[in-house]
Amino acid sequence: MNKHGIQWFKYASPQNFYFLAGRLWPWFAGLAAVLALVGLWIAFFLAPTDAQQGEGYRIIFVHVPTSQMSMLIYVVMAGWAAIGLAFNTRLSGMMASALAPTGALFAFLSLVTGSLWGKPMWGTWWVWDARLTSELILLFLYLGFLALQSSIDDPRRADKACAVLALVGVVNVPIIYFSVIWWNTLHQGASVSMTRAPSMAAPMLWGMLIMVVAFWMYAIAAALARVRTIILERERHTEWVKHAME
Amino acid sequence: MQWNSVSEFFAMGGYAFYVWGSFGATALVMAVESLLIRNRRRQMQQTLRAEHQPNELQT
Repeated sequence: MNKHGIQWFKYASPQNFYFLAGRLWPWFAGLAAVLALVGLWIAFFLAPTDAQQGEGYRIIFVHVPTSQMSMLIYVVMAGWAAIGLAFNTRLSGMMASALAPTGALFAFLSLVTGSLWGKPMWGTWWVWDARLTSELILLFLYLGFLALQSSIDDPRRADKACAVLALVGVVNVPIIYFSVIWWNTLHQGASVSMTRAPSMAAPMLWGMLIMVVAFWMYAIAAALARVRTIILERERHTEWVKHAME
Repeated sequence: MQWNSVSEFFAMGGYAFYVWGSFGATALVMAVESLLIRNRRRQMQQTLRAEHQPNELQT
């Protein structure tokens, strides 16, 4: 056996992961809070007024992180689903169902903050264009996942069905991401690109990046905290859960 | 810093509703989610305690 380094497979067991997640999530929550405070400070006090959109552009500091997280969480969720289907591991399904509610909320927030940004800048709360419609489909995929999960009593069978749904739906993520390039849309192009120099002022960029990392930390904390309860729910009849509750 | 007064800060250059609405909605959703996660855990703990009570009486 491997005696060196971290034994990753040890944490594939729900029991071990339960305690690991319990130790980890407060750290992620703390990091999220600290980073969000720094990010908000930059967003409201260091980032300059935008030449075109005035102060209204400051919505970017929540719109970009929520939108990005809604897509990223979906990919991670589909990844867990794939691992679950391939290796039949119990934890994978639990992680996928722990991520789905957080992803759904971020997709919802992405649409709400986008709407609140669209109204003053485009003059409308909503248009049926490619970016907005594909993000709405993402929200429906999350809701479908959650509905399917709750409609099947046997959690292991629910995991399998949901995994298939998650994997089929992952097609939608690149569609959202590239929609601003592939179709004519009201939505502006990517705010940050890997291939060209950032087109915005440094404090705007830094504020946005710090907010994005803060939202990552929040999502990890939320998923880890939620998966603990899911583990308890599914393993309630095992001896270790009985001992853990004493 | 570009704010000359507190009221100017809250006015957000006329975009107060949209800017504070966005940040407020995000903060609210995160707070509610955290509460839901905590409640679900507490409920499960109560269920588990109730389930394990009879076992203790038997032994």
